[in-house]
This record gives sequence, C-alpha cells and structure tokens, in this order.
Amino acid sequence: MDLQATTTSAPIEYVLHLADNALILGQRNAEWCGHGPILEEDLALANNSLDLIGQARLLYQHAAQLLGRGATEDSLAYFRDVPEFRNYTLLELPHSPPLAATAAGDRDYATTIVRNFLYSALMALLWERLQDSTDPQLAAIAAKSLKEVRYHLRHSRDWLVRFGDGTDESHARAQAALDHLMPYTQEFWTDSAPETAASSSGAGVNAHELHADWNTLVDSALTEATLKRPSGQGYISQGKHGVHSEHLGFVLAEMQSLARAHPEAAW
Amino acid sequence: MSADQSNTAPALKEWPLWEVFVRSKQGLEHKHCGSLHASDAQHALQMARDVYTRRQEGVSIWVVPSATIAASDPGDKGEFFEPAADKIYRHPTFYDIPDEVGHM
Repeated sequence: MDLQATTTSAPIEYVLHLADNALILGQRNAEWCGHGPILEEDLALANNSLDLIGQARLLYQHAAQLLGRGATEDSLAYFRDVPEFRNYTLLELPHSPPLAATAAGDRDYATTIVRNFLYSALMALLWERLQDSTDPQLAAIAAKSLKEVRYHLRHSRDWLVRFGDGTDESHARAQAALDHLMPYTQEFWTDSAPETAASSSGAGVNAHELHADWNTLVDSALTEATLKRPSGQGYISQGKHGVHSEHLGFVLAEMQSLARAHPEAAW
Repeated sequence: MSADQSNTAPALKEWPLWEVFVRSKQGLEHKHCGSLHASDAQHALQMARDVYTRRQEGVSIWVVPSATIAASDPGDKGEFFEPAADKIYRHPTFYDIPDEVGHM
C-alpha cells in the first residue's frame, strides 16, 4: 500500500475547532476546582479538565505544525481572540441556569453535568470515527482521547440519571439545565466549511453523520433519568463559525491574561 | 418524578462510608488505600477511580461498605495480641538449624 496516497493532513481550521472545544470546556470545568460539591467530584472534574486540556495541547501542537510560521500551542491557545475561536457555543456558557443574575453567580452542578453529557456523547462517537482518519496524527490523538471521553460520558451519564431520577429538586434542576442547553446542540449538526473539507479528504467527519447514534445515546439516558427531551429548536448558535456568545470573552480574559502579561514566560 | 417513585426509599441525606482497596500494577493483592462517602457501590467505584487511581496507581479496585467490616475492639488489645509477644518459639528463627540440613 502506498502510504503517501492514503495520508492527508486535516485542515487546520478543523483541528483548531476540535482543539478549541477541548480547551474551552476544560477551562470551564476547571472552575470547579476547589469549589466542587463534594471532594470526590472536585477531583473528578479536575481530572476531566486535565484530560480535555491534554487533548487540546496535542491538537494545538498538531495545528501549529501544520500552520508553521512560528506558531506554537501557546500562541494558538493564548494569543487568539474571540472571533478566531472555533468552539461550539455550548462549551463557553457559564455553569449557571439561563436567567442567573451574573455569569459568576451560583454555579449549578446540573448544568455542568448536562453539558458534559451532551458533549461527551458526541465526542465518544466522533473520536471513535476519527481513529480511522487519513491524518495519522489526528488518528493517534483520537485513539487516546476516546478512552478519556468514554469515562467522561460514563461519569456525566451516571450523574444525569441520579439527578433526573433523584429528588424533586435534583430532577427540576436537571430538567431546567436540559431545557437550557439542548437547543445549543443544534450547532453540532450544521455543516461548516472545515468539517466538509475534512470529511471529503477522509481526515475528518461531518458531525451530522453521527446525529442518529447521538440521539440513541441521549434518549436512552434521558428515559432512564425520567427527563423530558425538549424540542431543541430555535436559534442555532454559531460558535464554530467564530460567532460567539458574550461569555467567551470573559473565559479568554481569565485564561489568557497571564500569558499576555508575561509573554514568553517559562516556568 | 414518576408516581411509582413515591414507594422507594427516601433520598439519602448522608452517604455511607466505603473502604477502598486498590491492586497496583505489580502488586499481587488489593491493598487498603483509604475510604470515601458514596451513595451506592457503582458510585463508590467511580469515585475511587477519580480519587485513588488518577496517578496510575492501580489496575483493579474493590470497594466494601465500611459497615460490613467486623473489626477487633482496640480495648481487647491486651487479651487479643499481647500473649503472642513472649512466644518467641513460634518464630522459626528461634531454632538452631543443624549445619547438615543446609538451606531450608
């Protein structure tokens, strides 16, 4: 077999989309560090964040290599601004219900769990497919990330069922989080130019191909959790096209300020 | 909540305590490494994974409800353990091995 013929690098924008997803959710989940509802969950969320940030690093390193021009994982993570980020809007939202007075207000663990569940269900399917990517680097990252995301899915699904099928209050919070977040998942299924390009070269996957399997994963968990699936219609968010909510700027300000105040700092 | 849930046990306000045993890569047996609070066995296993194996400490985990462990009473220490202290002939090193025996 001629390896040259079957190997294609994924489009840079596609790799950045995957990297930004992992970084932004990793950064969000890290907000629980030291504030977890119980010690064990504090550690679980920190583990989850470290997995995601580890995935982001590998993806940024790959993107930096493809990009050349002196790009590094740090320049991509810390020196790009909001419109350059390609993460799903879902992942940048604060851990609070839709009508919280401020984004820094009370964090709601049901919101955290529902988002991790909806995203992990997608990534468990996507990483599985990307193991066969024609981009060998991306295939290797997928194989490593698949093991991690399977645990994230297990962890978030377990809590989703406990909340939904739990007390009146935990059920109501889980349902509210689901009603709030489900509409943002519509963004998963709309195509973007980098996804289409990646899909046609065999380096990536158009996420809409995973929609039916995702529905099966989600519906079985929601049934077990006695939660009602909202219709999930309305405005389709466009984070992966670089059009973000007002929340991403605050995430980046906190995440990037140190690197920008001390560029080239090493420790 | 569905109607049939009203017959089930009320939600736990306090989670029971579990003892965690981890078998390390090279280890032959599971070793006790700590305890944690969890609502059920599955939950305890996942938490043990996150708390006790995140630095590659293990390849297998057991969790046991602490309440099911029968433990000796520290007050019984005298009658339980001290009589063994002066029975040095229970240790093989007490006996002189004749040279002819060679390695035992």
